[in-house]
Formats: sequence, C-alpha cells, structure tokens
Amino acid sequence: MSTGPRIVEVRKNVLKHNDEVARALRQRFEQAGIFVVSLVSSPGSGKTAFLEKTLTLLKQSGQNPAAITGDLATNNDASRLARSQAPVKQITTGTLCHLEAAMVEKAMEGWNLADFNFLFIENVGNLVCPSSYDLGEALRVVLLSVTEGEDKPLKYPTIFNSADLAIVTKIDLAEAVEFDRAAARANINSVRPGMPILELSSKTGAGMEYWMNLLATRSKP
Amino acid sequence: MHELSIALSILDVAEEEMENHAGVRVDAIHVRLGPLSGVVKEALVSAYELAREQTPFAGARLVFEDVPIVIFCPKCQSERSVHSLQDFRCAVCDSPATDVLRGRELELAALELEE
Repeated sequence: MSTGPRIVEVRKNVLKHNDEVARALRQRFEQAGIFVVSLVSSPGSGKTAFLEKTLTLLKQSGQNPAAITGDLATNNDASRLARSQAPVKQITTGTLCHLEAAMVEKAMEGWNLADFNFLFIENVGNLVCPSSYDLGEALRVVLLSVTEGEDKPLKYPTIFNSADLAIVTKIDLAEAVEFDRAAARANINSVRPGMPILELSSKTGAGMEYWMNLLATRSKP
Repeated sequence: MHELSIALSILDVAEEEMENHAGVRVDAIHVRLGPLSGVVKEALVSAYELAREQTPFAGARLVFEDVPIVIFCPKCQSERSVHSLQDFRCAVCDSPATDVLRGRELELAALELEE
C-alpha cells in the first residue's frame, strides 16, 4: 500500500557550482586588488567599441587593464581590443549564449593577476541568458544603444534588474534616430529604480571622462 | 536559450543528492523558480525532457514551485510585492523597490522518491 511520495528536501541552488567558482574568483580578484567589470548587452550595442576606448584611456592614464571577451564564433573582438595594447583573452563559446564563471577562470590561466588593476569581462551579446550567471565581477554594466529603442529595458527587465549601472551608448546618434532620452531613463528607472545611468559615445568620447572618474572612484578599496 | 545548461545543472545537483539514496528511483524533481531567475519555464521543461534521457532521472517529472518577488519597502517598513517586473515599485505605496528579498531563486527544492 502506498503512503504517498517520499519527499527529500534539498534546497540547493541549481547553479551552485557556478556560484562557488564565482565566489572563489571574487576572492582572488579582491586579494589581487583588481576591480572587475562585466559588460552585458544585446549584439551590436557597442560593447567592443566601448571597451576598446575604455582600455585605451586606462592605458594612457597609467593603469593596467586586461580584458576577457566572449563571442560565439570569432576572434574579431579580441583583435579589435588588442589595439589598445592591453592583454586580451578571447573565449569562443560555440553555441553557448553566455559566459560562466569556470570559463572566466580558465581564460585567466597564464596571467599573473598582480600585473593588473582592472579586468573587463565582455559577455556574449545577449540580453537574456547572462543574467543568471555570476562571474565574480564587482560591477555589472548593462549597455543600451540609442539605435535599439527606448523600450529595451521593459522587454528585458531581468537583465536590467541584475545590473549595477546602465550605459546608453552611441549617444552621438540620438538625434538622428529620434531617441527619446527621457523615456529611456524612465524605463531603466522603472525596472531598476535608482540605478545610475551614463550616456556616452565611444566614437566622439562624450561621457567617457565621467566613466573614467566613476571607475577611479568605484575601484578604490 | 541557456535552459539546456540549467537543465543539466539540475541533473548534476540531483545526482549529487542521490548519492545518499543509492538504488532509489526518483519520481519528480521540485524546482523553486523566481521571476528574476532569468529562466523561462516552458523552455526549461523542453530542455529538461531532452537532458534527462538516458539518465537515472529519465522517469522524473519536473515540478515547479513559483516564488513571487518580495521586496523590503523602506517606507512601509515591511515586506511587499511589486507592481510588475516592468514597474518595480512597492505595490502598496509606490516607493521604488531596491531591496529584493526573494524572486531570484533557481533552486532544487526537493526530490520525490519512489515508495
């Protein structure tokens, strides 16, 4: 005779393995004094251009940045970023639409973390999957380009809600594409109240000084 | 579409747990899922049905326990829900919600074993 199902409580995070690796990474980053920033956005929002500019400016101001960039199939991003003279590693994910902590850990092999004070992790262009995976970063930045439309945050609230900072890119094109800056800000604030928002252009450099100051402030121990 | 990765992770955690229950059949895996987990339930079900084939969990159903979003509202000084994912404010007083207490869960809650 059946007495009903036997239930065994587990209560474990499904991504506990990723969380454990991410926690260990975060500890290593903190011990090495590296400020780690991850970038998430949809494809084509200008992550790589933004990162290239950021790495170049940091190098010029005597900082020691490095970057890890994720892409489904090509090494194009790493080649572009290498122009900044900063060390760059490419993770080619194949069909995987997001980076996981273990992939970051593996990409860092051969690097002496003591050589760097900034690390940027460029996730695969995707506004859905990366939100579930902790990469050990201190700051998660979500990018939104003016060509994508103001309502992106409302369509992908989860990733915006998981971010610490929003950057509106390609702001030099705002007028040409009739981008409603106030509406974009309101939408970001609606899905993630209080999140700081930066508007900038990697092409003209507008807003980059503010970003550099923010990095300098936030990376202080 | 990262639900296949998630499905495989579910099976990994379940397998680890079953080391304590060798030889017992699992009838169901209970998963607690919050709206902020970044996981689409329907996609996870399809991925799971694919992933469980040829594993000890081939006969195990996936059972969801939905976890609602709960925030701590500084104005109400109380736990509250929000209007929606798109309107992340206290459902009672409309204050901006910044302190998320629950809703990010992606958790293997329990295993249902055969009698």
